Amino acid sequence: MKRILTLGCSLLLVFVTAQASVELLEFDNPEQKSLYDELIDELRCLVCQNQNLKDSNADLAKDLRQQTYDMIRSGAGKQEVVNYMVARYGDFVLFRPPFRSTTMFLWIGPFFLMAVALAVLYLIIRRRGRAKADVFTDAKREQMKRLLEPEE
Amino acid sequence: MITTKARFVIPVVVFAAMVAILGIGLTLDPRKVPSPLVDKPAPGFALPTLNDASITLSAGELAGKVWLLNVWASWCVACRAEHEVLKDLARQQIVPIIGLNYKDKLADARNWLRRLGDPYASSVVDLDGKVGIDWGVYGVPESFVIDHQGIIRYKHIGPITGKDLHDKIIPLIKTLKSTAA
Repeated sequence: MKRILTLGCSLLLVFVTAQASVELLEFDNPEQKSLYDELIDELRCLVCQNQNLKDSNADLAKDLRQQTYDMIRSGAGKQEVVNYMVARYGDFVLFRPPFRSTTMFLWIGPFFLMAVALAVLYLIIRRRGRAKADVFTDAKREQMKRLLEPEE
Repeated sequence: MITTKARFVIPVVVFAAMVAILGIGLTLDPRKVPSPLVDKPAPGFALPTLNDASITLSAGELAGKVWLLNVWASWCVACRAEHEVLKDLARQQIVPIIGLNYKDKLADARNWLRRLGDPYASSVVDLDGKVGIDWGVYGVPESFVIDHQGIIRYKHIGPITGKDLHDKIIPLIKTLKSTAA
């Protein structure tokens, strides 16, 4: 019993500390909050590059979340915050890179490769079908018949 | 339709192309994100100096000079490796090195310079990292070369090695200074 109690208490402690790392933020209205959530979801943390600002615990991510929050509180729109981040960190901060001549391959590349693969697949299948059609020539059929028929 | 020769050549060509592309990929460091600030005017700042908090240094005071901004912190391990290289550069007296002490504790930073030597013409204190954000800093150390017109000409991510200093940074500073004169 005592052991269970200790375990329970220590578990409680874990939850308390886990909660402490969540930033408690106040917004003027729900729109600001949803804008904030949207932005920290779409902006990349440059330290742990596969995480967004929301998931990252890095110091820089904390600072950038704070910056995003401050800008939203002072009335900045989505594009303003995005422009601010891109001006400092480049397109790389965006998890959804803009469609430009430099990022064209990124956007079109997979579809292009897919098209090539389908075209190759189509050609192969068509050729196989045609090849199968003339496997057995009349001479071959004659030969088979001779082989299969029991010899007398 | 496809000749036998092509049947062997095509896979080899495709494979060679993939090896080339992936090989180039291996030489790139994903941690090095190119800065959009290169060839743009350097962001301003006005921060207290590390040695005397009552003195403020602003980027404007460095206008007309070629200078180097080095982002450092006493908690940064790579900065220690870089420190000797910066001291080497400081000894040559070709460029003022301004330190941006990034999110550090004042006492730790001062101790660090006292113990290891101070290559900086001056260090300014960026306690909350706000100026760091303006400069697009995402790791320490980082260095920027700014020309006499206040334009960032080069950003170095990570510690400057002796090779970087002699092959890239010193030649760049010399060209910038000769065009300024």
